Amino acid sequence: MIFGLSIVFVLTSILTVAGALAAALLKNLVHCALSLTVTFAGLALLYLQLDAQFAGFSQILVYIGAVAILVVFAILLTRGAGVPEYRNFSSSWLAGLAIAAGVFALLAWAVIKSLPASAASSAAPQVSVQQIGLALMSNYVLPLEIVAVLLTVALIGAVIVAMPESQKSKTESAQGGGK
Amino acid sequence: MTPLAAFLIVAALVFAIGLAISLTRRNAILVLIGIELMLNAANLNLIAFWRFGPHPEALTGMMFAIFSIAVAAAEAAVGLGLVIAYHRHKKTTDLDAMTRMKG
Amino acid sequence: MSQSSQLWTNLDQIFVLLQHWVESFFPVWLQPAIGTVLGVIAIVAAFPGIFALTTVLERKGLGRMQNRLGPNRVGPLGILQPVADGIKSLTKEDIVPLTADGAVHFLAPVVLVIAVFLGFAVLPVGRNMVLANLDAGLLFFFAIGASTELSIFMAGWSSRNKYSLLGAMRAVAQMISYEVPLLLSSVVVVMITGSLSTVKIVEAQSGFTGIFPHWYVFTPWGFAGFVLFVIAALAETNRSPFDLPEGESELVAGYFTEYSGFKFALFFLGEYLAMLSIAGFAITLFLGGWGAPLSGLSILPSWAWFFAKLFCAIALFIWLRGTLPRLRQDQLMNFAWKFMLPMSLLNLLVAGAWRFFGEGWVRWGVCSAVLLLAYVLLGRVLMRHQHLGARSYRYAD
Repeated sequence: MIFGLSIVFVLTSILTVAGALAAALLKNLVHCALSLTVTFAGLALLYLQLDAQFAGFSQILVYIGAVAILVVFAILLTRGAGVPEYRNFSSSWLAGLAIAAGVFALLAWAVIKSLPASAASSAAPQVSVQQIGLALMSNYVLPLEIVAVLLTVALIGAVIVAMPESQKSKTESAQGGGK
Repeated sequence: MTPLAAFLIVAALVFAIGLAISLTRRNAILVLIGIELMLNAANLNLIAFWRFGPHPEALTGMMFAIFSIAVAAAEAAVGLGLVIAYHRHKKTTDLDAMTRMKG
Repeated sequence: MSQSSQLWTNLDQIFVLLQHWVESFFPVWLQPAIGTVLGVIAIVAAFPGIFALTTVLERKGLGRMQNRLGPNRVGPLGILQPVADGIKSLTKEDIVPLTADGAVHFLAPVVLVIAVFLGFAVLPVGRNMVLANLDAGLLFFFAIGASTELSIFMAGWSSRNKYSLLGAMRAVAQMISYEVPLLLSSVVVVMITGSLSTVKIVEAQSGFTGIFPHWYVFTPWGFAGFVLFVIAALAETNRSPFDLPEGESELVAGYFTEYSGFKFALFFLGEYLAMLSIAGFAITLFLGGWGAPLSGLSILPSWAWFFAKLFCAIALFIWLRGTLPRLRQDQLMNFAWKFMLPMSLLNLLVAGAWRFFGEGWVRWGVCSAVLLLAYVLLGRVLMRHQHLGARSYRYAD
């Protein structure tokens, strides 16, 4: 127990933060995407430590199984000659870093100032998947339906946005631009 | 340090790193990676407050986090579709060069 | 309880009793950990052993289907062939290309094997014989299965080889496309059982009417779900007829072109173990898990029934590999999105209707009719451009 925190928590959070830092600092884009995956896995382990099993497994299924692969496919489809022709960090990187550091300082100060010093450990909530299902169908049925519509719209929208233009519309826009 | 404070500090750290990625890197896809990290940090906050809060049996925090995961996945799909479409036009993903929406 | 039935019960629970006996040598606070370690040792010992047997069965089975003998030099009837293969792969030189990405190249097979072994944790091998009785066991299995796609991508990309990258992208696209029908066809079982826990799903199928078991495969929606699940499982594990990503005649060896020696053996192990675990899940979800097929035979040990069904499933997969030709990439994707996805969505509706109608003959008739009609109509609509005659080959378009 380090500072009153369990060793599993310390290791998992070091893994998560290291993955996030690697995603920030690495030059190779695919390495950044893979270290993002490590961060997602670390976060899923943190959810499991918080007794949120459904959220943890959903995190693995959605983020590692879908979003990480989406990011990797996008990287592969937008590769130029393989080597990026521009520098890695934008010209205003110092301002960005200062803003991020400021935000972290503010959040950490807020957390440390406002919580009681002693640990009031509450019992682990026994959440069964059946309770989640009942809650989704009774209290949260409106957000559920809205998320279903949102996902359908996002699916169709992403396909339309990323689809190559048909030949007819390409020649039309070329003629319109040339006039 | 209470366990809740520890989880919140970790979430704040991941959030700040995601913000730094979005603000300092030049590749458009890395900006989207930063946004995903920020959303994940917010989810961790939600679940930590749910676990150590007064009414965990109401499932509010976990439901919010699950819906947030779904919405973040949809947003990642659309954002990456936009990046791919832009790359098809201008053959670049450099954000400093994406100053015009013409074309 | 009579002597013989006590003996059969002990035989059924023999591994559990063995575990308790070993645990009794340790102090009480250490016993759960020792129990888990013993379970892990059992999984790591048993399933690679079955994998070794599967490789021999496959090579001999395929050989016989292709009118030749399989391997028959090493050991009687070639049974010791996996031992020879193991020695070969351990002693071969490990070649890593100069421009390959070293760390990612090394980690890809490791990630695959870890993910696949994790999937065995929620498989109920027998009565009371599951490593982790998770409340959301099925979700855990599918989440871990989704992680294997990432390792295939890592392997293909890190080799810096056009064939590998192409094979990896094809494989990942295929696995993502078939993940949706896989999940939807297993959601039907969850709907009817009311739980995501694999143990509860098996227990819900352990009843008997007369002598016939309550397996879900004997219901209309269960049969459709089983067929869809098996097809999607074949595609998820890159088995023939969906093995274009690793087709030898097409892509050299696909995403593991640049792997040799022990890393190739790890990929091989990972693929076959994935096939075993998904076959195990098909058995758990639809074929009654460790339940016996006839009520009189339930006296035999539960784990024996599970492994018997697993061998039948493996034989089915080998048979499919030996007889069906490979699907082309676009045919594969068409099949997933235009046929399997609508069928699995319809299966969800049919399962809901099954619950709605209540007990009786009405639901059997209605559900079977709807599914058959949909199958025939969908097939006709999708194949309307094909002019099939007496001597035309269906897929040569």
